[in-house]
Amino acid sequence: MTTSKAGNKGLSIGLLVLGVAMMAYALVLDFSGSSAVYRGPLLVVGAIAILAGLYYFPTIEHHRAIINFIFLFPLLFTFVVTVIIPMVLGIGYSFTDWNGVKVNKVVGLDNYTTMFKDPAFIWSIVLTFLFVVVNIVLVNVIGFLLALLCSSKVKGVDFYRAAYFLPNLIGGIVLGYIWQFIFSNVLIKLTASAFGMRNSLLSNSKTAFIAIIIVYIWQYAGYIMLIYITGLSTVPKDVLEASAIDGASALTTLFRIKIPMIASTITICTFLTLTSAFKQFDVNMALTNGTGSMKFLGKTLSNGTQMLALNIYNTAISKNNYALGQAKAVLFFIILACVSIVQVRISNSKEVEL
Amino acid sequence: MKMRKGPAAALFIVAVLVALYTLFPFFLVVINSMKNSNDIVGSPVSLKGASFSQMAQNIQNVVTNSNFNFWAAFSTSAVVTIVSLILLALFGGMAAWVICRNKTKWSTVIYMTFIASMIIPFQVVMLALISTFRDVGNFIGIKMLQSIPGIVFAYMGFGGAMTVFILTGFIKGIPYELEEAAAIDGCSPEGTFFRIIFPLLKPVIVTVTILNGMWIWNDYLLPSLMLGQNGPVKTLPVAVQAFVGSYVKRWDLILPAALLAILPMVILFIFAQKQIINGMVEGAIK
Repeated sequence: MTTSKAGNKGLSIGLLVLGVAMMAYALVLDFSGSSAVYRGPLLVVGAIAILAGLYYFPTIEHHRAIINFIFLFPLLFTFVVTVIIPMVLGIGYSFTDWNGVKVNKVVGLDNYTTMFKDPAFIWSIVLTFLFVVVNIVLVNVIGFLLALLCSSKVKGVDFYRAAYFLPNLIGGIVLGYIWQFIFSNVLIKLTASAFGMRNSLLSNSKTAFIAIIIVYIWQYAGYIMLIYITGLSTVPKDVLEASAIDGASALTTLFRIKIPMIASTITICTFLTLTSAFKQFDVNMALTNGTGSMKFLGKTLSNGTQMLALNIYNTAISKNNYALGQAKAVLFFIILACVSIVQVRISNSKEVEL
Repeated sequence: MKMRKGPAAALFIVAVLVALYTLFPFFLVVINSMKNSNDIVGSPVSLKGASFSQMAQNIQNVVTNSNFNFWAAFSTSAVVTIVSLILLALFGGMAAWVICRNKTKWSTVIYMTFIASMIIPFQVVMLALISTFRDVGNFIGIKMLQSIPGIVFAYMGFGGAMTVFILTGFIKGIPYELEEAAAIDGCSPEGTFFRIIFPLLKPVIVTVTILNGMWIWNDYLLPSLMLGQNGPVKTLPVAVQAFVGSYVKRWDLILPAALLAILPMVILFIFAQKQIINGMVEGAIK
């Protein structure tokens, strides 16, 4: 045992020294502005050597702590670099004139006041709220009705459930283009022969907004349906039998027993729809890219169908105004955070009642 | 309880009509991928002019199109998704186990930070993410933008919170006595995790993998920002977007491209329907 311990000790110290040396040398190269291609791999190999050295460190009382550190490190490191640091930097940048590369001066709340003076941005907020409210109602009602359908004794329930859920598997960009084809090439032929309507739904801001809602429901109702099916399956059979024996009609059973008993599922589905509709981006981009004229606050806007997420993207990426886009994103985050806090409150109060 | 005939027939008709509606767009994509440009525009709903040889021709045109580079995009998407999923399952399991089995101040702080970060929308980090990755990449000399390792790194960071959240919930339910018994038998902590805990996580890792997999495979915004519309590496959604942008209204190219993009997911769904549906529901309820 002693020999292996000594061997471990040598190995551990060796790896630690090697790792520190490699990382230090790589960092020296980094700071001196060297362009040596091997400095990146050197840094990574050095870090791995240090972790391996820690792993072989001959100690019994601290071994568990070392393992904890090594196990947490990979995920925590990526999390800090991709989420925490950009989040902190991003909030900071929203108070400056950041142009995506560097900051020249701090401008305080200028970005925040600028965005509220822009009717196009106000319109995006209004449109997003409208989209969220309409979809919370429609997606939940349709999803719930589909769930009732799939919980009934219709033959081949499995097939229908799969068929209704299938659209949810497809990414928003691809299905946006598929629906663009349907609206501008297929539907137009049907409406032209039926009502003489020769314009595509997408050609006018108001109808294009309806088109986005149609696509969103098509994509999302099947998913919400699945959650309602699970919720409905938790309603105890004996309660339903008791109500049937008491002569309750199907509608009474639905409103007096099923809906009250799945209240928590309704909360879950409402908030899922809310956050997902609020963040809508892909379909909006692929279907209309936010274009369309709209009269609003005495101005004619050209972003008639542009919702918040797309507005942020276009402000920063297309119009190259990073600081303003970042400030809008911070507002976006604040709204979502408030919604999430309300959700947690509601779920907690429900749990106390039960 | 036997249903009366009238309502049963009505339910059946409704079920079929809704299924026709949800499947209709898929049907249109398939039949129009089998036609030439004129027939698509002339009669999009009918089967007129549809043939398998035309479909083979259309797909051939898409796959060999140098603007689309289908196989390169497909393999990039596959590599990014598979590597991210493996790393998320492995490192997520390791982190969740440590967080769950160490009731110290630090593990609570880390866990709460993960949970709180789940409400952060991608929009608020995306701009600074790009500049951070560019700066870090230039500084340490490893390309983080327009590279597969960079995007896998980002998916680990963004998927980590949800993965740890779901896995921690599951690990809490595993009896601690199992680990104590292993420790008494002389098993090291890392051995306990890899030999005892990790194999027990299999069902919940399936759930996490499905949730992360559907998100990563279909994600557009993150790869489009990190890889760029004209960059050397593209995932499938980014490639489709760039392709459609350069062939506006060329439905004989766009629809077969859409078909190729949705086919892998549909095939996967047919074979793993039960797991996917269960995974989606479990992820939402937790």
